[in-house]
Amino acid sequence: MTVAAEGSPPLRIAGARRNPLLQSEAVQGFALISPTFVYALILLVLPILVVIAHSFWTQNYLTIDHTFTLENYRIALTEPIYRDLLWRSLYISLTVSLLTVALAYPIAYFISFHGGRHKSLWLFLITIPFWTSYLLRVMSWKVILGYNGVLNSGLMGLGIISEPSDALLYNSTAVIITLTHAWATFAILPIFVSLEKVDRTLVEAATDLGDGPLRSFLRVTLPLSAPGVISAALIVMIPTVGDYVTPKLVGGKDGVMIANTIQAQFGKASNWPLGAALSVTTMIIVSLMAGATVLVIRALQRLAR
Amino acid sequence: MLERVQSERIQSDRTMIDIRDVTRSYGSFKALDNASLAIREGEFFSLLGPSGCGKTTLLRMIAGFDTPTSGLIAVDGQPMDGIPANRRPTNMVFQSYAIFPHLNVEQNVAYGLKRLKLAAGEEKRRVEEALAQVSLTGLGKRRATELSGGQRQRVALARALVMRPKVLLLDEPLSALDKKLRGQMQVELRRLQQAVGITFVLVTHDQYEALAMSDRIAVMFGGRIAQVASPKEIYQRPVNRQVADFLGGMNFVKAEIVEENGASLLLDTLGFGRVRTDKPKAFVRNGGAATLGIRPERLRVLWDNASAKFEVAGKVVERHYFGEITHLIVEIPGLEKPLSVTETNDFGADDIPVGAPIRLAYDPEALVAMAD
Repeated sequence: MTVAAEGSPPLRIAGARRNPLLQSEAVQGFALISPTFVYALILLVLPILVVIAHSFWTQNYLTIDHTFTLENYRIALTEPIYRDLLWRSLYISLTVSLLTVALAYPIAYFISFHGGRHKSLWLFLITIPFWTSYLLRVMSWKVILGYNGVLNSGLMGLGIISEPSDALLYNSTAVIITLTHAWATFAILPIFVSLEKVDRTLVEAATDLGDGPLRSFLRVTLPLSAPGVISAALIVMIPTVGDYVTPKLVGGKDGVMIANTIQAQFGKASNWPLGAALSVTTMIIVSLMAGATVLVIRALQRLAR
Repeated sequence: MLERVQSERIQSDRTMIDIRDVTRSYGSFKALDNASLAIREGEFFSLLGPSGCGKTTLLRMIAGFDTPTSGLIAVDGQPMDGIPANRRPTNMVFQSYAIFPHLNVEQNVAYGLKRLKLAAGEEKRRVEEALAQVSLTGLGKRRATELSGGQRQRVALARALVMRPKVLLLDEPLSALDKKLRGQMQVELRRLQQAVGITFVLVTHDQYEALAMSDRIAVMFGGRIAQVASPKEIYQRPVNRQVADFLGGMNFVKAEIVEENGASLLLDTLGFGRVRTDKPKAFVRNGGAATLGIRPERLRVLWDNASAKFEVAGKVVERHYFGEITHLIVEIPGLEKPLSVTETNDFGADDIPVGAPIRLAYDPEALVAMAD
């Protein structure tokens, strides 16, 4: 390097002087992210700004009245129907993320600690459900939970119930079951990654200091995998609040979620400002809930000491 | 522990760790091959050997992280088979220190005490005491990530000592430290061991570390224990070439056994002529040949007209300067390999010209016979 530089000093210095901007690390970094950044700006930030703007306007039959108003937010927050739907969505997404994390953790733990040489095989097997479309997977839950479905026939065959139950499908429980299954992989992967990062010597050290397997898990492995648990919970929670395909297919009228209403406002009901206000409200509440989840998990982590 | 610090160090011949015919196989590979050892109470014992010699395997089996394929390990008279690591009266200082990153120094040290459900004041007192023992007083609130390598090592030590184990196991505890700090920690570790009187078992591949700290050393090669003795005996009376070579430099000279009796050997060598040496305890004759060894620092340069009862003459072929000492490579007529000589620079060994004739004095006591 030095030799080459000595061989051509004028050229190098001239080059450096001509483009000091391009040499800067910050500029290079920005250049690297700019395609994604521009893409996100156009397809994410701008639409959100449009939605936020709409939420302060009023639908006037076919035209939109652009005078500033908070009326849409008043409706979104006080009308019982929207409030209930929002609560139900939050309840469903919170339950789904808790269940998913609880079910994903043992799987991730098994792969990470007992997967041995077959870790990649296990991870590969877990991604297999993604080979079929999400719609097909939801439909198959309909087949399982339906009136003449697999579960009902199975239970009848075993003589546990005498006639098919219709309590299995078309309610929020069906939505929770379907979503929990659908999001499992997204929870397993971050938890697996954080478990992989747990130094096994630390578990040995805990054992050496007198902890049995359960205690060392609760005091070392679990707290150290908290980042994975947090990301898994958020990855599941945030999109499920706004899910609208699943409730539409397996939710029935008892499983309708806020996103179905928002979709209706932008579609049939044709009240964009109200739909926008509902969207913004949901976004804010989801962010608050996500923040609260992080704080709760951190607090639990501290408790484990 | 404080009471123990003030009292005299426990010296006893009681066996603390009894290792009997322990073998650990992985398939057809034997990591440890029929090893037997008795480590005494209050002893600073080192397992020394190159990587892969089985020393860490043995340590981990004492700790309970590995189980012998056959054989028995007993700690303080109690057989350890079937007893999991968390119920053994041993504690370990890990090579990587294994400091819990989510806990601060105090919480790390108190980790094992939590389970004992001590009174709040008692736990705090013991943590303070352990931190004081390793000179970390006042750093209790530091986060584990804010510690230097030396400090992490002290935390690991305090965390194990606070449990008042019968045996403290140390897995290459100094290998991650820089040279100066390592020397300092060697002295401190030894002092600490003398103060608390706990049996220390140290695993190391650094012969100087083992020599400087231990009461006794077991030298291991390829899963077997080659020699167990005090540092001085290991260094001065190695049982074979491998042990001699691993513990610093050694000149090897081919020898013929002329006569062998209970206590001594009469050897014929080229260069050193006919010499009588002590017969090592573990000497097993293998044909008529043997090897005679002499440490480079036991050969002294004879200046001018000085003479000695035992001397060899030759020619300097190489000279290497090391500050306080000089290494000379000396060719001796009749010897197939030149001798390596270490001489202090007080009398000008660093000025001996290459090619100059030289005479070397030696003490026949320094000659050690080894089976071939």
